[in-house]
Amino acid sequence: MDINDMRSIVTVLAFATFVGIVLWAFSGRRRAAFDEAARLPFTEDELPGEARQRKEGKAS
Amino acid sequence: MDNPSTYNYKVVRQFAVMTVVWGIVGMLVGVIIAAQLVWPELNLAEWLGYGRLRPLHTNAVIFAFGGCALFATSYYVVQRTCHTALFSPGLAAFTFWGWQLVIVLAAVTLPLGITTSKEYAELEWPIDILITLVWVAYAVVFFGTIMKRKVPHIYVANWFYGGFILTVALLHLVNSCAIPVTLTKSYSCYAGVQDAMVQWWYGHNAVGFFLTAGFLGMMYYFVPKQAGRPVYSYRLSVVHFWALIFTYMWAGPHHLHYTALPDWTQSVGMIFSLVLLAPSWGGMINGIMTMSGAWHKLRDDPILKFLITSLSFYGMSTFEGPMMSIKTVNALSHYTDWTVGHVHSGALGWVAFISIGSIYYLIPRLFGKEQMYSIKLMTAHFWIATIGVVLYIASMWIAGVMQGLMWRATNPDGTLTYAFVESVKATYPYWAIRFLGGLMFLTGMLLMAWNIWKTVAGAKAYDAPVLAPAGQHA
Repeated sequence: MDINDMRSIVTVLAFATFVGIVLWAFSGRRRAAFDEAARLPFTEDELPGEARQRKEGKAS
Repeated sequence: MDNPSTYNYKVVRQFAVMTVVWGIVGMLVGVIIAAQLVWPELNLAEWLGYGRLRPLHTNAVIFAFGGCALFATSYYVVQRTCHTALFSPGLAAFTFWGWQLVIVLAAVTLPLGITTSKEYAELEWPIDILITLVWVAYAVVFFGTIMKRKVPHIYVANWFYGGFILTVALLHLVNSCAIPVTLTKSYSCYAGVQDAMVQWWYGHNAVGFFLTAGFLGMMYYFVPKQAGRPVYSYRLSVVHFWALIFTYMWAGPHHLHYTALPDWTQSVGMIFSLVLLAPSWGGMINGIMTMSGAWHKLRDDPILKFLITSLSFYGMSTFEGPMMSIKTVNALSHYTDWTVGHVHSGALGWVAFISIGSIYYLIPRLFGKEQMYSIKLMTAHFWIATIGVVLYIASMWIAGVMQGLMWRATNPDGTLTYAFVESVKATYPYWAIRFLGGLMFLTGMLLMAWNIWKTVAGAKAYDAPVLAPAGQHA
């Protein structure tokens, strides 16, 4: 097997890996985890005013 | 030190302020060299000549302005989405002062004519070593913060920032490989067409990872935050990330069409550039669709205007780029001002707009204010900058296509119809319009500096408390 066979194999493996990632990303069982991850920027407030309101228990 | 009660905003503040400072410096140099093309008399001295200032402009806007924006936003986003303060505040401070030193050294050596002559990698070997040290520290701080995160997930913005940090390390180490002969002179490890290929593998991935992946990290945090709703499709963002990673690495040869580079390599570069259209547009659609149901906010929120317009320019330039990588199109566009127009559609429209929007978002939050000093001034900045970009890229499109057509025109007997200098002469009016567009963009940055000055003056630095993540399964 010469180096060009290796190159072809690596290319095919890379493509298969990518297809695997797409299938994994769109599989139903990832839905809940992805929804949770998508909410990460919203799990806390950040304006100084919001932080104050939170302390005083006024945050909605 | 391990569990501070507030986020490390100090380094974010430093980088955020320097983003604006270096933005003004870098764009001012850009306006000067644009003026030198229209009025060559402005090449006043050897070290103020176009040839010396042009690399200073590119390095300043990419690595000083863009770099500081990436440091500021990545440090902010990684802390907040990981619910933990930055790993190693000492190393974080080192990245700030080290990066500023790199910028100052670039500003001194490039006008002196000290250069490796590799585009966007002009800095000589001692500065390259300093960049490496800063970058390793950056990676330690960033990935160290991710490792001590308080939430199970690594938010998608951090994947983009992380990909950008790792890839830029790889690109820098490989392309900067050189044999030093004196303190200020080195020779590349590579020769001939290999040197060209390594350089443009670096050059295009500098676009793909420094100027795209990092700023997509910004997009995936600041667009949802400012729109007040989660990203349109998180699974699309995962596919977007991996598709970019798998594809960008191979697009570099399109910078070397019709050169000594083997023909098959040129074709590989062209094919991968065309494939890149898919992930680029997937990401753009994902960002813009995040606005669905919140479009009314665009009416009176200049930050959203900047962010969403940046995505439109991202879509435009990532459509234009693959088209220009097609060999037959490239035969017309290469070496013309069309390329310059394309680059600025990406650099001003996409990179600068998303950075400006993000910095406007950050400044009040870093200084304990509810909002910027003047919303009207932000809106004015948006419109001046937008008109400036449109003038810039439209004039360069026309100039570029005109130059390409003039250079390829032949008489019936096979001789060239135009001398090169005739195309230079014909381009003057477009260079004048480009100068005006650039001047407008710079004016917008000055408005921003004034607005930030008024916001920050008298305000105290503010460090938000680290809050336990709500609604997350630890």
